[in-house]
Amino acid sequence: MAVKDYIRERFFPHIWCPGCGHGIVMNSLLRALNELGMSKNEIVMVSGIGCSARISGYLDFHTLHTLHGRALAFATGVKMSRPELNLIVPMGDGDALAIGGNHFIHAARRNIDLTAIVMNNRIYGMTGGQYSPLSGYGTMATTAPYTNIDHAFDTVELATAAGATFVARSTTYHVQQLTKILKQAVLHEGFSVVEILTQCPTYFGRKNRVGGAVEMMESYKKNTTSIGSKAKKENPDLIERGIFVQKEMPEYCDEYDKVIERAKAKIANE
Amino acid sequence: MKKDNIKFIQGNEACVEGALYAGLDFFAGYPITPSTEIAELLSLRLPQKGGKFIQMEDEIASMCAIIGASLTGNKVMTATSGPGFSLMQEALGYAVMAEIPCVVVNVQRGGPSTGIPTHVSQGDVNQARWGTHGDHAIVTITASNHQDVFKTTVDAFNISETYRTPVILLYDEVVGHMRERLVVPKKGELPLAQRLRTSVKEGVDYHPYLPREDGRLPMSDFGAVHRYNVTGLFHDMWGFPSDNPDIVHGLLRHLVDKIQNNVHEITRYREYHLKDAEIVLVSYGSSARSANHVVVSRRARGERLGILELQTLWPFPYDLVREKCANAKYVVVVEMNMGQIMEEVRRAVDRPEKVFLANRIDGSFIKPTDIRSILRLIQGKGV
Repeated sequence: MAVKDYIRERFFPHIWCPGCGHGIVMNSLLRALNELGMSKNEIVMVSGIGCSARISGYLDFHTLHTLHGRALAFATGVKMSRPELNLIVPMGDGDALAIGGNHFIHAARRNIDLTAIVMNNRIYGMTGGQYSPLSGYGTMATTAPYTNIDHAFDTVELATAAGATFVARSTTYHVQQLTKILKQAVLHEGFSVVEILTQCPTYFGRKNRVGGAVEMMESYKKNTTSIGSKAKKENPDLIERGIFVQKEMPEYCDEYDKVIERAKAKIANE
Repeated sequence: MKKDNIKFIQGNEACVEGALYAGLDFFAGYPITPSTEIAELLSLRLPQKGGKFIQMEDEIASMCAIIGASLTGNKVMTATSGPGFSLMQEALGYAVMAEIPCVVVNVQRGGPSTGIPTHVSQGDVNQARWGTHGDHAIVTITASNHQDVFKTTVDAFNISETYRTPVILLYDEVVGHMRERLVVPKKGELPLAQRLRTSVKEGVDYHPYLPREDGRLPMSDFGAVHRYNVTGLFHDMWGFPSDNPDIVHGLLRHLVDKIQNNVHEITRYREYHLKDAEIVLVSYGSSARSANHVVVSRRARGERLGILELQTLWPFPYDLVREKCANAKYVVVVEMNMGQIMEEVRRAVDRPEKVFLANRIDGSFIKPTDIRSILRLIQGKGV
C-alpha cells in the first residue's frame, strides 16, 4: 500500500498554513503505519481541538474528532470497548497538556494501550498565537505582549513521572528517526507518548522572531541531540531526542479482562 | 420460597437494576453524593455479565468515555449529581451533535455550587434542558417511586437508542436514597429497543450522517466495517466539518425535529382522579409522593383534587398539560425549586393566572402540609 492510500483526498486541501510542521508529522506517521503493514480498518484516530486535531479528518481511518483536551478520555471509552483496535491520539501541546493535562496524566497512570502524539509547536495556532503550557518563560505571544512569565512543562519528564511505559521525543527535522520512533510507539503495548517538536512559523515564528519554517527546522537540528550524547554533556541546554522510557507493564484492558474473570468466578461460586 | 425478583432497595439500586435489564454494557463515572451507589453497584455487577466499568478522573472524562464506548455499539450510562452534571455539559452537547446514544443519570441535590450535597432538590430541571450551549433538543425523564425508576431507566435506554440522543434521568436525593419495594419484571416483559444499524454492506459507500426520510439515522458500529468521521462541528452527510449555511441549518433542524416531532411517543406520565378535578396538582419526582398524599386525603373528604405526575419533563408535554388542566379552576405545581416547571405549566395552560406554586427550597423534603398551606391560601381559607 502507498502512503497516499491512507489519505481521504475528498477532504483536501487541508487547513494548515504554509510551512506548518503538522504535515510532516502526518507524513511520518503514515510512513510508520505503512512500514508496519497496518490496514486502515484496524486504526482508530481520536483527536481533540486545534490545528493538530484536524489531522484525523484527512486520514482514512476510523476517525473521531472530539472536544478540546478530551481526546484521551473519548479514546479510553473506544479502547475499552474494542481492545483489538489500534488507537492513535494526536494532540496539540495546549490540547494535551493545558485543558487536557488531567486526562493525560491519568491515561498514563492506567497504562491503557493508546499512542499519544503531542505535536508541540509551543503556541495556540488555531486561535491566533496565544501562549501554551509549552511556550516557555520569556517567549512572546498575543496573550503575553510583555513576554511570558509561565514556565513550560517538560513533556517527557511529565509523561515519565505519570507512569507512561513508552516515552520518546523527536522533531519534524529528524523525519527518519521520527518514523522509527512512531513505529515502536504504535507497537508498544501500553500508554505511549511521543512528543514531536513541530514548527508554527505563522504565530510562534513571527511573534518570537525566529524566522520562517526553514529556520525553525534548522533550529531543531542545532538545538537538539541524541539522548546521552557527548554534545549534551558539553551543552546541557540541548534538547534530547530518542526513546527515554520503554518498559513492560500490565496493560489496562488486559487487566480489566482479569476483573471480568474474577467477577464471573465470584457468581459461579455463589 | 425465595423470590429473587422482589427486592427492598434504594432508588439508586433500582436504577442499576433497570439499566442492567435494558442491556447496559459500559459505565464510566466519578464518585459524587447522592449518586455514588450507582457507580459502586455497577462496578460489582457489570463485569459479572462481561460488561465494563471504569472510574474516570472526573465527570468530564466519564461523559467522554461513555460516548466513545457507545459509538462502538454499546449501551452506555454515567451517573452523577449537580456539580458533576455541570462538568458534563460540554460533552453532553457533543452527544447531541454527533447523535450518540447515552444515558446520563443526575440524582439531584441542592445547588448552586457545592450546595447541600446530602439533601434533596429539584433545581436542575432547567439545566437539564439548557445546560449545554446552543440550540438543541434533549430528553429528560424522572420518576417518583422505585417501580417507575426501574421502568423509566429502561425507557431512557429505549428512547436514547431509538432517536440517537442523550437521555437525562433526572432523579432526586429522596428517590435515590429512599428504600422501598421493587418487583423486577421478567425478561421480555418490558420491550427493549436496539439502535437502527445500517444495511450498507462492507466496501459500499456509507453515509454516517444521512438521515432516512423518517429522520432516523442508521448507525455503523465505529471501528468495524465502515470507516467514517465523527465530529462536534457542524458536518455533512460524510461527517466531515462544514460551514455551508444550508448544511448548518439542515442539521440543526434535524437535531431538534427528531425529538420535537416525537413528543407524543416520548411523553410518559401518570394521572390520578383528574377527570372531575377542580384543582389539579402537577408534580414529578419525589415531590409527587407528597402531592399524591394530599390528593388521596382530600378526596376522602369529598374534595375534587387530582394529580398529573409528569415523568417526561423535556421535551415538555405542553399539549398534554393544556388538555389535563383545561377544566381545572386552579393548577398547583408541586416541586422543590423556585418554579422551574411552574413556568412551563403557565406557558401550557389557557389562563396562566390560575397556576400556583407549592415548593420548598431549603433542602427539606416537601411535605403534604406544605402543599395544604398553599391550597388554603388559594381557597381563601387563610394560612
